[in-house]
Amino acid sequence: MKVGSRFLRSQRKTIVSAMLLFAVLLAVLQLWLLTASTNAYLAGDRTIALPAALVSLVCFGLNLGLLRYLYRLE
Amino acid sequence: MTDSSAHDSAPVGRRSVPPDRGISAVQPRWRRDFPIDWADDDDISRRELVKFVVLTSGAFAVGQLWLLARALLGRNSPRPAPRVVAAVDELPVGGAKTFAYPEHGTTRLLVRTGPRAFVAYDQRCTHLQCPVVPAVEQGKLHCPCHNGWFDLATGEPTGGPPQRRLPRVELELRGEQVYAIGVEEGTT
Repeated sequence: MKVGSRFLRSQRKTIVSAMLLFAVLLAVLQLWLLTASTNAYLAGDRTIALPAALVSLVCFGLNLGLLRYLYRLE
Repeated sequence: MTDSSAHDSAPVGRRSVPPDRGISAVQPRWRRDFPIDWADDDDISRRELVKFVVLTSGAFAVGQLWLLARALLGRNSPRPAPRVVAAVDELPVGGAKTFAYPEHGTTRLLVRTGPRAFVAYDQRCTHLQCPVVPAVEQGKLHCPCHNGWFDLATGEPTGGPPQRRLPRVELELRGEQVYAIGVEEGTT
């Protein structure tokens, strides 16, 4: 169901801005995770790879949820 | 990209209506390239940015999975076969030579530190992969590219930009031959 029609353009813009902020925060967290876990892996610590991958997938899942809502807004 | 594709890919209901109400093919190029009304410009570009950030997020997740696969598969990789890398008398005390270990693999650096004492490390600096050179009289290995230093006995970084130690090759003396028998777990 399209939910965009419920909101005025200015309201949609605010919602999309908030979504953008969340998406960027999650992507930055993923970037940090990837950098830190690559560094740990190269230093010989392989135990960090699994939890880092799980957290990164959760972040991506949240971002996909945001994307889904974005399409519903359109 | 064709001129009409930008117009066709714009969300329905957000395309600007040309003053002459003509089809996109007869509009000026600037209108065909960005057929969005000014009032919708911020909204559209912000939406597109969210989509791009989600795509980037997916790329990070894929990278993380690749790292996980490397970590899991690397655990089960077989040890490289032992290989003669030098004769004991081939090098003077303080001398060094490079060798590949495994054969045709990574270039390593062998240093003779005593009459029957040798150490060997990956020759690539852990900072930006420059080749390190021995500074035996100082008990160090030196990376001349960015003035990085490593301890000759342990491979630990002691100065400059490197943060990780050099991967160490396990050596064994068998008679008068120096064998490389493996690479220290957790440093490759």
